[in-house]
Amino acid sequence: MPMAYLTDDIIDIRNLAAGVVRPSDGAVVTFAGVVRDHHQDKAVESIEYHAYRPMAEKEIDKVVRSVAAEHPNVRTGVIHRLGMLKVGETSIAIVCASSHRADAFEACRKIIDGVKETAPIWKKEFGPDGTEWVGWQSDRTDPVPDIDQKE
Amino acid sequence: MNVTLKLFAAVRDIVGESSRELQLDEGATPEQLWRDLVSHHRELYVHRIPMVAINEEYAGSDTELHEGDEVAFIPPVSGG
Repeated sequence: MPMAYLTDDIIDIRNLAAGVVRPSDGAVVTFAGVVRDHHQDKAVESIEYHAYRPMAEKEIDKVVRSVAAEHPNVRTGVIHRLGMLKVGETSIAIVCASSHRADAFEACRKIIDGVKETAPIWKKEFGPDGTEWVGWQSDRTDPVPDIDQKE
Repeated sequence: MNVTLKLFAAVRDIVGESSRELQLDEGATPEQLWRDLVSHHRELYVHRIPMVAINEEYAGSDTELHEGDEVAFIPPVSGG
């Protein structure tokens, strides 16, 4: 039974690490994805994370298993928070523990990269200049003649 | 055949629904569903068809759907 990777609660990284680290581990690498106060040139005040939950759990599990296959000596824990987060709050926490650090660093980087690429999770940014689903506006192709035409 | 359509993020906001039960002909594809959505929601026209998931697995937009399938359009993701 895979662990649940999604939570609606504040992430407790120490708790996550406690479930992962063994006495044989000499290296514990921790990554925290944190809500920052800007996106490109726009100020951000808060972010709301949404997910296609059952599929997001599966896709994160696929990333974790794929990295585990490449780094069999690394144990990992991943938690992604959903809902409304303010600047400074942690959206995702990853813990990778291993005997030695090279493996742990590498695994951690691969996990965050993999989750960002494949998990069906979306963030909606709120700021003084408005609200935006990240990645949607830049996904536009050709203008619609009757919507975009200027007088 | 009965198919459930799941919508997320900006597509959900534009269409105004997160989930819809559909009655489709045999052989219907997600691409056909997308074109139907676009015809009713002009704002979608400027976007390419999003990634598609069928029964919680990524799939091609030309995959034939079957009775009981759950189809989802996955707009550009931004998790992590």
